[in-house]
Amino acid sequence: MSMKALRGLLLLALVLALTGCHTVLMSPSGDLALQQRNLIIIALVLMLLIVVPVIITALVFAWHYRASNQKAHYDPEWDHSTIVELMIWSAPLLIIIALGAVTWVSSHKLDPYRPLDRLGPGRVVAVDTKPLEVDVVALDWKWLFIYPEQNVAVVNELAAPVDRPIHFNLTASTVMNSFFIPALAGQIYAMPGMQTTLQAVINKPGDYWGFSANYSGAGFSYMNFTFHGMSEDDFAKWVAHAKSGGGTLDHAEYTKLEAPSQREPVRYYGSVAPGLYASILNRCVQPGAGCMNMLRMSEPPSGAEAAASSDNHAAMPMAHP
Amino acid sequence: MTLQYPDLAKLIFGRLTWESIPYHEPILIVTFIGVAIAGIAVLGLVTYFKLWGYLWREWFTSVDHKKIGIMYIVLSLVMLLRGFADALMMRAQQAVAFGPHEGYLPAEHYDQIFTAHGTIMIFFVAMPMITGLINYVMPLQIGSRDVAFPFLNNFSFWMTVSGALLVMTSLFIGEFARTGWLAYPPLSELSSSPDSGVDYWIWGLQIAGVGTTLSGINMIATIVKMRAPGMTMMKMPIFTWTALCANVLIVAAFPVLTATLALLALDRYAGTHFFTADGGGNMMMYINLIWVWGHPEVYILVLPAFGVFSEVTSTFSRKRLFGYASMVYATVVITVLSYLVWLHHFFTMGSGASVNAFFGITTMIISIPTGAKIFNWMFTMYRGRIVFDVPMLWVVAFIVTFAIGGMTGVLLAVPPADFSLHNSLFLIAHFHNVIIGGVLFGMFAGINYWFPKAFGFRLDPFWGKVSFWFWVVGFYFAFMPLYLLGLMGVTRRLRHIDDPSLQIWFEIAAFGAVLILLGIAAMIVQFAVSILRRDKLRDATGDLWHGRTLEWSTSSPPPPYNFAFTPQVHDVDTWWQMKQHNWRRPVEGFVPIHMPKNTGTGVYLSVLSFIFGFAIVWYMWLIAAVSFVALLAVAIHHTFNYDRDYYIPADEVRRVEAAHAGA
Repeated sequence: MSMKALRGLLLLALVLALTGCHTVLMSPSGDLALQQRNLIIIALVLMLLIVVPVIITALVFAWHYRASNQKAHYDPEWDHSTIVELMIWSAPLLIIIALGAVTWVSSHKLDPYRPLDRLGPGRVVAVDTKPLEVDVVALDWKWLFIYPEQNVAVVNELAAPVDRPIHFNLTASTVMNSFFIPALAGQIYAMPGMQTTLQAVINKPGDYWGFSANYSGAGFSYMNFTFHGMSEDDFAKWVAHAKSGGGTLDHAEYTKLEAPSQREPVRYYGSVAPGLYASILNRCVQPGAGCMNMLRMSEPPSGAEAAASSDNHAAMPMAHP
Repeated sequence: MTLQYPDLAKLIFGRLTWESIPYHEPILIVTFIGVAIAGIAVLGLVTYFKLWGYLWREWFTSVDHKKIGIMYIVLSLVMLLRGFADALMMRAQQAVAFGPHEGYLPAEHYDQIFTAHGTIMIFFVAMPMITGLINYVMPLQIGSRDVAFPFLNNFSFWMTVSGALLVMTSLFIGEFARTGWLAYPPLSELSSSPDSGVDYWIWGLQIAGVGTTLSGINMIATIVKMRAPGMTMMKMPIFTWTALCANVLIVAAFPVLTATLALLALDRYAGTHFFTADGGGNMMMYINLIWVWGHPEVYILVLPAFGVFSEVTSTFSRKRLFGYASMVYATVVITVLSYLVWLHHFFTMGSGASVNAFFGITTMIISIPTGAKIFNWMFTMYRGRIVFDVPMLWVVAFIVTFAIGGMTGVLLAVPPADFSLHNSLFLIAHFHNVIIGGVLFGMFAGINYWFPKAFGFRLDPFWGKVSFWFWVVGFYFAFMPLYLLGLMGVTRRLRHIDDPSLQIWFEIAAFGAVLILLGIAAMIVQFAVSILRRDKLRDATGDLWHGRTLEWSTSSPPPPYNFAFTPQVHDVDTWWQMKQHNWRRPVEGFVPIHMPKNTGTGVYLSVLSFIFGFAIVWYMWLIAAVSFVALLAVAIHHTFNYDRDYYIPADEVRRVEAAHAGA
């Protein structure tokens, strides 16, 4: 028994030691991911306070009270002790009270919808900061990133300047996916006809790994992209490069792009048709298809379809306010 | 309008064509030939030894809860082999498919395998094992002669078989779902999955679900109404308590699954838009509904395992269970709380922070009664005289393993942590950690513990220990690397991985899977060796482990009627107390015993359900309609069968009891 105990603990120690240095979740490059990392460690330590003694005590009891140890005290009728029972209910209770408080606070503080208030430990976001807007569409089986401000679109490559808050709006073309760049921040689902949001910031320049974290069909394994954290200058160059990359992503071009395909190379679009993202979100890229937000509105639609995009989705069940 | 030949073919065969048979897939052809040869060999042997009549009379048509329980466990072990074959194929694929290497499985194939693995392991391995154990043990523990509705029990079992067969059929005719085991829409909708795969999944689960729900009702009725006199609720053996709670969960949760599957079926068959992306559908509703069933399902599986651990710990520590009352309350609290946590399966779907935090905290609260249970087992060992027979080894492995799995579970319940760990291999490691370390270890403890009761001889301890060590060590090798890979950001269900530096961890995991394979092999050897050496391993007393509850008071195997006289209960550990008071088996005063009669109706209904399921998967509307009408007709016809019972004469009872007393 003791050998198995040793092995279990050694493995656990090994896992913890390894996680300390190399893994991306334990050494992230974005502030949100960093705070999530810290939370994982706090929660783990809180629980180890009780789990390690439990494992050790269980093994010690099992060994000490083995039948061959005739010296051990044997009391076959002993089945109740108020003190012990009080202890075994209150010890986990205390841990969970602490962890519950941490959970409540951190769930609100690290809510992916919440605009960032810090770029990193001790670095407050300036009041007039305008986040970089990126509209994300999960397609079968590639990622489309639209930069409305810069008026460019990119397939399977993402870039953002370091230390500037990024505001992602996400949707999908056919099925559910999950948008995940482990070094940057936690993941969020991308779902057709719905919009989710992620606010994050990257703190270090570098090339990071992004992918879909929700199985979406045959080409799922190749739904990867590189996320570049760049200086402001490099980002401007990257945008210029993308701009020179070619054609316009309009409704017709999007329809072609939307068709299922695997291992798509990186592709740039020099401009994007106005309101394309809103049409994708409201499922009316195809001519003649009624937009979901228009169908749902009682008053006659007014203004550009872009104006009526995300706000209406707040009315959908489960969508975030 | 003239009816043309092709229309007739379509009416009969629906969308089933020769193209649906995967004769161009070498792996499947080899599998099929293997299964066919093994199948013919088994059928041949049964025919050669003229066992058909015996099997039909004594087993298939039996309404005896003990035989049904054994058949459930046989089903689960057979399906374990299939589910584990899927696991090995996945591990092999992930161990080789790096960088330029595509592995040996195309997406078409690999995606079916992980879907089938999850579906089979939960619905056709874990569930029948739990139901089988409850079926066998619970009526004996409460001093009853059978369950409340013996025919319903037989029918429930055969519906589960029918569902399992339908899922297995998808291996050779058509294909299985490529959606993941919970078939999230819109991927599982007709637009993304037009073939028969998701339909096999829906109808396989619907048919088996009928059996599970009815069995749940049956078990609750049995526990509530058929306990021996004197057995108040707070004198029920703890395994019976967990069985009661698990079956309450079944009855409350499975209708949700049935309704969800029915809505998805309507989307796919009738063109409705419950969960589609267009037409006003909402996939998030499906995900909520499926987890309203899915989370209680986890506790349906693990509560009876907790019950087994309680019985085994107390028996092998030669000591009363510590904190019986707190154990009961913990079980009930877990039962109630299991309905308040489902949203933790999709924190990343964009619910608000308060909603996420609420469900995160409710999830953590479940760890309080669960933690209390672990302490109770520890304090049961405290001041005990622990005998480390095979069942007790599983308990110790369970406590260590489950403590780790429970901890990672609570970690995943912290929403911001889950944003990083959701859908990662960390999650995969966590739930295998609790389902293998909790449910499966519990079932193996239970099988080793109650096997001598069921067959009159014990399982070979040497091979039991070999199996134990391979399983436990294999488990750690297979799943600890997955925790690490999850922290490296590797997500689940990948068929191919770009980063070659991760390969070593997948190879270690594959090695662990091979160790588990040896554990399963050792388990099969254990069964074979035990049957061959049954005379040496025989237990004539009926109370091999010095048990504490009523099942050990009768002979091993118990007579069809379980107890010649209904026992009188004065204590939780009734049998222990009876032994303390030098209880003697009655040798006279026997009376005829009223028993339920066997019936083949369960088998007939199951066959018709299978035909119906197969027909509707393939759009064979005519056959589907005919078989459905036949199903109703047979069920109604059975209600007119008044020849349902018989009496075991007092002489016969006297003979059986004397034989046991003499032995």
